[in-house]
Amino acid sequence: MEGVAIVGVGQSTFTRKCGVSVRELCFQAYKEAMEGLDITKDDIDASIVCSAPEYDKQRTPSGLISEYLELTPKPTFYVESVCSSSSTGLRVAWSLIKSGLHKIVAVIGFQKMSELTSREAAERMGRGGDIIWESPFGITMPAGYAMYARAHMAKYGTTEEQMAMVRVKNSSYGARNPKANYRKELSIDDVMNSDVITSPLKMFDCCANCDGSSSIILARGDVAKRVSKIPIWVIGVGAATDTMTMSGRKSVTGLECSQEAARQAYEMAGVKPEDINVAEVHDCFTISEILAYEDLGFAKPGEGARLVEEKQTYADGKIPVNVDGGLLSKGHPIGATGGSQIRTIVRQLRGEATEAQVKGAEIGLVHNVGGVGQYGNVTILRR
Amino acid sequence: MGFENFGTVSFTAEAKVADFVTYLEQGKVMATRCKGCGAKYFPPQMDCPRCLSTDAEWFEIKGSGKLITYTAVQYGPSGFENDTPYTLAIVDFADGLRTFGRLSRDIKESDIKIGMDLKVVPAKLADDRISYEFQKA
Repeated sequence: MEGVAIVGVGQSTFTRKCGVSVRELCFQAYKEAMEGLDITKDDIDASIVCSAPEYDKQRTPSGLISEYLELTPKPTFYVESVCSSSSTGLRVAWSLIKSGLHKIVAVIGFQKMSELTSREAAERMGRGGDIIWESPFGITMPAGYAMYARAHMAKYGTTEEQMAMVRVKNSSYGARNPKANYRKELSIDDVMNSDVITSPLKMFDCCANCDGSSSIILARGDVAKRVSKIPIWVIGVGAATDTMTMSGRKSVTGLECSQEAARQAYEMAGVKPEDINVAEVHDCFTISEILAYEDLGFAKPGEGARLVEEKQTYADGKIPVNVDGGLLSKGHPIGATGGSQIRTIVRQLRGEATEAQVKGAEIGLVHNVGGVGQYGNVTILRR
Repeated sequence: MGFENFGTVSFTAEAKVADFVTYLEQGKVMATRCKGCGAKYFPPQMDCPRCLSTDAEWFEIKGSGKLITYTAVQYGPSGFENDTPYTLAIVDFADGLRTFGRLSRDIKESDIKIGMDLKVVPAKLADDRISYEFQKA
């Protein structure tokens, strides 16, 4: 049976205020993904549009974006799993091609967070938890991850300084990424001295809301070889969920949705954590990256912090992670984030990641989480 | 009456488990036990996906629990601007009943220790609102 490959990737610059419309924002990513391919818009059999609807002004944006890209009358629809929406989009595109229904599918993720006032954004933030049982207490996304951080510190001795080291690493790569929102290098002191948002997380432990778009073009294997010079094969897709309520979580020191999604993806791909040459993980907060090291098997439970302390997740380390700056430096335009992570790994595997190329990378992994460990997606790619 | 006065800010009112709030006013924090298969639920729910029963009985969460994790929130969402800082926590009670809520403001942050013993009690809030909170056991 034919495999499925990624033939095109693109993203807009991530920025606090993009100053263009949503359709124009999406065009920026789509243009980069389509350029250099031996296909036109007429070869795209279907499109999947991904965003978190609570931030959208436009109702049912997939129809609008499909029109702007002149993809009508081909089918289009919308998928959502909050911060992992575009990884879910990739999973659905993979299935559509694998089933034989379509040959080429475009995934387009976006978020224009600046369309909301800060008051509206704060109102949406309040509805991010279970609205009957947890939002009335004032839970927020940072607070959910902060509880994981506190529990990890208590169980394993992880320190705030070690969490800061994640930001220091990612900021050093973000500074070189022309598409990142935050391009300053930060020191451990910068992170440690920033304002507490929700203990133990401080401002620089957190990623920032952003405007941005991403696009991935997937094709059936035989088509992929014809239309692209270096097709990047999707060899493992894993997806899992955990409870929305914090009280429903069995573990507060690791994300079970990540562990399960990783298990599925490794099994499908027939590879192990030590086979991964470069990874993108969902570092919405510094603690999230440390949890990801452990949940993905790059480190044993409790040893994630040591991995970054020993610089093993730098570009020349044992397992380079987020060498594009991660969400922490790039910013986090919810529906676009997964597609941006996939773009980074595709560029690494093609050998085109000039800012921070991992030498000879052949197998890469993308880990994308929606909510506070609610939706887990892991995708494994091979050159 | 439903959940319209539950917590600092409520977002919805109707639910089959609205008696939870009535019990709070009577001084009790309750969970549910499915009448079909005995499964226990917190947050409470009348419907049981395990045996498909739609009937459950209430029982009180008594005794002391253990603090599993917490965070002191400095920046809250809309409606919580005058409420910060507040401390959110996960507390485990007997029979594997895991609960989420706030720590009492009477507990200083420097006194908070993971593993400490806590009890859960109803808490009256401003403007006739009601919730529950964790206090030192």
